Amino acid sequence: MHAETGLRNKIFDYTINTMLILLVIVTLYPLLYVLFASFSDSAQLVANKGFLWKPLGFSLEAYQSVFSNPGILKGYGNTLFILVFGVTLNMLLTSMAAYVLSRRNVMWNSAFTLLIVFTMFFHGGLIPMYLIVKGVGLIDSIWATIIPFAVSTFNLIIMRTAFSAIPESLEESAKIDGANHLTILFRIVLPLSKPVIAVMVLYYAVEKWNAWFYASIFLKDRNLFPLQLILREILISNSTDSMATGASSADQFMIGETIKYATIIVATLPILCVYPFVQKYFEKGVMIGAVKG
Amino acid sequence: MTKLAPMTGVQTSVNNSFKQRFIRDFKLNRLLYIMMIPVILYYVVFHYAPMYGAIIAFKDFSPMKGIMGSDWVGLQHFRDFFSSYYFWRILGNTVLISVYSILFMFPAPIILALLINEVRNQTFKRVVQTFSYMPYFISLVVICGMITDFTNSNGVINTLFSWLGYDGAAMLQKPGLFRPIYILSEIWQKIGWESIIYIAALAGIDQEQYEAARIDGASRLKQMLHITLPGILPTITIMFILRMGNMLNVGFEKIILLYNPVTYETADVISSFVYRKGLLEFGWSYSSAVGLFNSVVNLILLISANYISRRVNKTSLW
Repeated sequence: MHAETGLRNKIFDYTINTMLILLVIVTLYPLLYVLFASFSDSAQLVANKGFLWKPLGFSLEAYQSVFSNPGILKGYGNTLFILVFGVTLNMLLTSMAAYVLSRRNVMWNSAFTLLIVFTMFFHGGLIPMYLIVKGVGLIDSIWATIIPFAVSTFNLIIMRTAFSAIPESLEESAKIDGANHLTILFRIVLPLSKPVIAVMVLYYAVEKWNAWFYASIFLKDRNLFPLQLILREILISNSTDSMATGASSADQFMIGETIKYATIIVATLPILCVYPFVQKYFEKGVMIGAVKG
Repeated sequence: MTKLAPMTGVQTSVNNSFKQRFIRDFKLNRLLYIMMIPVILYYVVFHYAPMYGAIIAFKDFSPMKGIMGSDWVGLQHFRDFFSSYYFWRILGNTVLISVYSILFMFPAPIILALLINEVRNQTFKRVVQTFSYMPYFISLVVICGMITDFTNSNGVINTLFSWLGYDGAAMLQKPGLFRPIYILSEIWQKIGWESIIYIAALAGIDQEQYEAARIDGASRLKQMLHITLPGILPTITIMFILRMGNMLNVGFEKIILLYNPVTYETADVISSFVYRKGLLEFGWSYSSAVGLFNSVVNLILLISANYISRRVNKTSLW
């Protein structure tokens, strides 16, 4: 009897572990494929069908093309600009609003909250949004990817909840010393909220890093394109031709294939390297968000 | 007590007129209101002005005349849309992609969380979690680039299926394959990430129940089905209702990256249609009407989901 349960448990464990190992393989293999393909010799790669277990031949040609491509470098630069200024603006506005909304005894707070939360459930639509952005003169300015997205309502609510949880007594002594609200926010509330700030910065940064859609409708000037738009051209619209200059058209096609993979690696590796270190903050963020529902 | 207490206390506020309270509140909280100005401005300009701008759905908008100056046409655009060939196609596609997502994508992270929960070896558990979250951090454009490439006639997924008898044509050119590709890639990217919330809920289950079950001789599978699963059922219900309220919010950015005229018949959804008609073909008013229809249906769905959840579940958003 006892031995039988032991055996059953063992089978159960093996089944579960096998399923999870399969999942890890299915998750990782596409990424490994891209990595192998990016280092492969372009002619051999095009001739190959099916799985890759190591780079076919070895060539850094694709990476040379990627790093000498002005579009990708410019795109990286633009994305960096959007990240730095965008997230700074996001955090400044979100924390100020969260602070105000977390105060008690402010007459207009419930009206403000209603005004803000309503936008989560109803929006005017894509075309009116475009017309407004055009109307305020942001079309073809890099700020069009920053200012219209200055506050995320969801993040604001998370932050307000976190600020409300700070015991009032901690702010009282500062108030008695005559500190104003800005001082309390920057000297007391923010330093006490480091975990939630880390989560917010990460959320905003990921949003900015991934954003391409609004950039594609608000920006026409290629010099302003964020990295994701350049990636779209290369990966989806298949325009690697400009990168493989000086090659015949058949060669261009072959080099184009490896360039795509190298581009994916260049655009993704930095994130995947940073990610394990910030993973716990993301996990925490999901849970903070979940408490709010 | 704070020194502010007497000012806002109940006794004094009884004989305060609205005007007095207004003035006192403003004196007291002036800095707070100043801090709020940029945020209110932001919401007014980038959220409420577009809501106002949505009235072009009832007008014949021309950029020359502006939102105010354009001529009223009433419900013309709505009538055009409801009677057009596209109405049923994009509504059907939107609902189908949503229903398939709920059917296949919703249970996936729950199953993963249950599996991860059974792992005894902590290191292995950590490794599985870290790797399964990973695809979530790859940008959508890159994911779609990988999908396009892998399903192309020379791509690795395409080749894999040719071994099983597939004809080898580019998979994204086949209308019948669009939804499976969309949903499977969605699961691949998000299964790990979305399991986090369930894993968190699992931590809250009372361990004594397992003890009791073990004494009764319940197998691990039975424990999983009769203790673990019911233990996270409240979380599952909340997530499900939230998901239902989002029925018409299909991830259209992904659709725009993956579809093409050949697959419109299965891939085109309301929001991608709005984008194409409005911004690529300049049918401003018509596509605003379609977008407004989408927003209103979404709002109704959310209110209904919330109502049902409050009745059935005693949990709700408001």
